[in-house]
Amino acid sequence: MHGDARIEVTGLSVFFPLYHAGSRSLKKTVFAAAAGRLARDRKQRVIVQALRDVSFTVRSGDRLGLIGGNGAGKTTLLRTLAGIYEPVMGRLEITGSLHALLDAQLGMNPDLTGRENILLRGLYSNLSKPEIARLEEDVREFAELGEFMDLPVRIYSAGMVVRLGFGLATAIRPRILIMDEWLMAGDASFIEKARARLEDMVSGAEILVLASHSPTVVKEWCDRVLWLDQGQVRDDGPPERVLERYLGHPLEEPAAA
Amino acid sequence: MSIAVPDRLRPSQASPRLVFEAGHTSAVRTRLLLQDIIEGARLWRLGLTLGWLDIKLRYRGSLLGPFWLTLSTGAMVAALGVLYSTLFKTNTTEYIPFFALSQVLWVFLSSVILEGCTCFTLSEGVIRSVRMPFFVHSIRSLVRNALVLAHNVLVIVVVYAYYRIWPGWHAALALPGLALWTIDGLAVAMLLGAVCARFRDIPPIIASIIMIAFFVTPVIWQPKQLDKSLNWLLVGNPFFDLLEIVRAPLLGTTAGSHVWIAAIMFSVALCALAWVGFGRARARIAFWM
Repeated sequence: MHGDARIEVTGLSVFFPLYHAGSRSLKKTVFAAAAGRLARDRKQRVIVQALRDVSFTVRSGDRLGLIGGNGAGKTTLLRTLAGIYEPVMGRLEITGSLHALLDAQLGMNPDLTGRENILLRGLYSNLSKPEIARLEEDVREFAELGEFMDLPVRIYSAGMVVRLGFGLATAIRPRILIMDEWLMAGDASFIEKARARLEDMVSGAEILVLASHSPTVVKEWCDRVLWLDQGQVRDDGPPERVLERYLGHPLEEPAAA
Repeated sequence: MSIAVPDRLRPSQASPRLVFEAGHTSAVRTRLLLQDIIEGARLWRLGLTLGWLDIKLRYRGSLLGPFWLTLSTGAMVAALGVLYSTLFKTNTTEYIPFFALSQVLWVFLSSVILEGCTCFTLSEGVIRSVRMPFFVHSIRSLVRNALVLAHNVLVIVVVYAYYRIWPGWHAALALPGLALWTIDGLAVAMLLGAVCARFRDIPPIIASIIMIAFFVTPVIWQPKQLDKSLNWLLVGNPFFDLLEIVRAPLLGTTAGSHVWIAAIMFSVALCALAWVGFGRARARIAFWM
């Protein structure tokens, strides 16, 4: 795959301010405290340091896997790459069209029908009318929605929601693809179909960034692994080496138990 | 496999490049702000559809749909119109058309402001999962309220027909007023949406302010009923100027040039405030969700 798609991250830090002392924020506070990442900024506000001084470059052709435990900063990094969070320190430069698949719902409105959700996604990607019609056709066929197209997503079965989300997510082919691992975990009945579609999309992309808990998934899809730990880059290199180090760490623990 | 959707974001000449950088200078902030508005305006079909679906959803499954709005506004105008014209001892022929028009326009203005407060926080799920220009949310909020207004306009039409009133070609002069409202409506949503995302107790404060404004602005009472010594109530009141530029032409008169000047000055101030306020908040809004 040759092209000029590129992601350049330099000294990137992302901090979350904890303004709203609601239950949600409290939960975050507790988790962050457990991970030892609480700090106070100049104005004495409590902040969570989700990413600290992260630097790396992804070039065209790279298949980058992000691994790390819960709260390591994988999701924050994905969201920052997707342009949702902006850097608090450092710089991020992205060349090439980017598509981020961060969660199955991806802003889907459960009260709207399948058709309406597809329409919104098409409009979001600025597709023309005939293109939206094709998108609709493609997703309906893949998700096997049939009569459910004109019923609210709220009443869909869990499988249908996943298929719709997956179908939509994989319908638009970008040069840079950013994914959370939910896409890799489908139910058995459609996994084969899904796989072909996913492989098609991934192979069409110049750059893949995939976050996952699972070393097997990362090993299968990626040729480079970035290990995040407490918001910092622990290791960055070929999958064999990084995964071994990553796995080697927790493997020592059972021995002590 | 039939994934034939072309990647529109892929221009033939140069690859799109996005740069996110911390520590914005005001020049960078301005560029990013403009980029948000331009990209948002390019997605106008999305904003329009979102606003339209909001209304459709609100009334899905009901027999009359959004015409419930028309009906309830109509009932309110009829009941309160008769009551107030008795209280104020004015004749209904003159008062009720004035009240119907004022009430419908006021409901639009106040809900544009109130719903502007929640235009970002209500889209929390979207803001956290995809990168979308914030301007789209502001368009959505305005479109939603414009659709409500469009349904309520029927009440005015019925009242005018009943009293056989025809404002004449003067009515066309309301169009520049409506254009100014569009700009103000988008600006107020950008400003209040950002401020209210950060400080969650602002919306109730705004609601109280609007409530007071409703009574001190000539909506249920006519400007000419005001004692000369209380004229300052109108002069310092931006709601009056903004309301008047659309209302006067529809009542068959014209808004004075001083009213227009005040309305424009107020709009410029609002846009400037939105520019600065939203410009400063933009990069942080996603963190406040």
